[in-house]
Amino acid sequence: MKFKGNAWKFGADVDTDAIIPARYLNTSDPRELAKHCMEDSTNPDFMKKMKPGDVMVADKNFGCGSSREHAPIAIKEAGVSCVVAKSFARIFYRNCFNMGLPIFESVEAVDGINEGDQVEVDADAGVIRNLTSNKTFKVAPVPSFMQELLAAGGLMAYTRKKAGI
Amino acid sequence: MMTITAKILAAHCGKKEVQPGELINAKLDLVLANDITAPISIKEFRAAGAKKVFDPERIALIPDHFAPNKDIASAEQCNMLRQFSREHELSLYFEVGRMGVEHALLPEQGIVVPGDVVIGADSHTCTYGGLGAFSTGVGSTDVAAGMITGEAWFKVPESMKFIYKGKLGKWVGGKDIILHTIGDIGVDGALYRAMEFTGEVIRKLPMYGRLTICNMAIEAGGKNGIIEPDEITEKYVAKRARRKYRFYKSDKKANYVDVREYDLTGMEPQIACPHLPENVKPVSQLGSINIDQSVVGSCTNGRIEDIREAAKVIKGHKVHPYVRMIVIPATQAVYKQSIKEGLVDVFIDAGAAFSTPTCGPCLGGHMGILAAGERAISTTNRNFVGRMGHPKSEVYLSSPAIAAASAVLGRIGRPEELK
Repeated sequence: MKFKGNAWKFGADVDTDAIIPARYLNTSDPRELAKHCMEDSTNPDFMKKMKPGDVMVADKNFGCGSSREHAPIAIKEAGVSCVVAKSFARIFYRNCFNMGLPIFESVEAVDGINEGDQVEVDADAGVIRNLTSNKTFKVAPVPSFMQELLAAGGLMAYTRKKAGI
Repeated sequence: MMTITAKILAAHCGKKEVQPGELINAKLDLVLANDITAPISIKEFRAAGAKKVFDPERIALIPDHFAPNKDIASAEQCNMLRQFSREHELSLYFEVGRMGVEHALLPEQGIVVPGDVVIGADSHTCTYGGLGAFSTGVGSTDVAAGMITGEAWFKVPESMKFIYKGKLGKWVGGKDIILHTIGDIGVDGALYRAMEFTGEVIRKLPMYGRLTICNMAIEAGGKNGIIEPDEITEKYVAKRARRKYRFYKSDKKANYVDVREYDLTGMEPQIACPHLPENVKPVSQLGSINIDQSVVGSCTNGRIEDIREAAKVIKGHKVHPYVRMIVIPATQAVYKQSIKEGLVDVFIDAGAAFSTPTCGPCLGGHMGILAAGERAISTTNRNFVGRMGHPKSEVYLSSPAIAAASAVLGRIGRPEELK
């Protein structure tokens, strides 16, 4: 699978309150949540400026804080194709695999991508290409169990199989 | 050689031994969700075509975040929990009037016990490590899967050991210990790891302080926080436990990826400054920081001992004319006990508001939202941008004693400064 789009850069420790503030959590409707994606972040106008397919590129510990799955849901529904970060907070990481937002870890890619650069993520080859600067970076390999989950179609498909539903 | 975390996980996946990094499928003693996270779990549960929960006695649904319902949309979400609970005859649904803030309510009612494996669609599920349980926050989909199968997959975490020595000073407790620790290691200092708290200070620390410490393990990125159970644990759980419990202890030669020692003698009350829980300073180094609001409550500091601590500080004083003080007992039992001990009178006489249990202001939900430019001192757990209201407001985190003293002073300060 390949993802191509322009990069939006974010700093370290972007928390889930910045991704989707709690004041909007009286609904779980993905379209409603997406309207407010990144509203309390360093780029509050993100939703006005981004285009479907764009890539979020963030420093360490992306998605820290609350367990709200509304955060990856908002990002996915906003049309972001994938998120690249130096590292992800644990619950956010787990949620992304469970609900199907593609995420990639790469320290060198985050350092080698500037805001607005055109980026291509080649998930199968495990590389990220900065098409603006013509540089290629490696992605940290996805743990084998997470690959199994993805191959099964996510956690619920895996669970249906296990429970014989 | 295993840590307490590894031992509990091993016992729940039918293995004699598990090693850090190993993937396991563990049996769950309890699955938890609240009015924000459960609606997605319920949708996923139904979309999967599931007809039955794995055990109607082991699923706790607690409307506490936006309850009592703050608006129509929140009322709809709470109603989803209610209807699902009735449909599946869940014994652990807590209606308004019986409910409390989930992580205060479940240990208090003996619904989580030492040795348990618990997942909850709330990041502060790690609180129950204070009892000697393995508990961790997950998302709504994990909870949906857990409600169906009664199992969850885990990577056995590596463990970090935190040893606390010395003697705690007056008005210094669990909140100060965990803030100091997060200030040391940072908000991702324990990412994916178990945080095991030990040492002479912990062994003397009452249960409410232990629960406060483990509650904030997630603020350092930890998978779980945990404290070996002992006589203090036994005394706490013996009269409450609704199920059999088991004490696990780390082997003497268990392996830790990091061991940190702290001498807490002389440590001042600690404050986390905006906008991350790692921005921690001793209170004397803060300078003069005026406040508009003081909040005492939450899953971190809403237990009876926390309410007593704030009441002791504020008794006979008045809340500063420019400050709103909001006190929220975490459960109905805490509320009732506060009335019985005359603590509610103390707060009302001081000019503070005293409310029914809710998470409310902690996450900027309701019951104390900040306007642009306003500042709060709060006994809650997060001070991210916009956490308690407007993105241009600020939250400082502290113990109940500091929050109460600050409410009187109109600025962040210590109980010793009150005349």
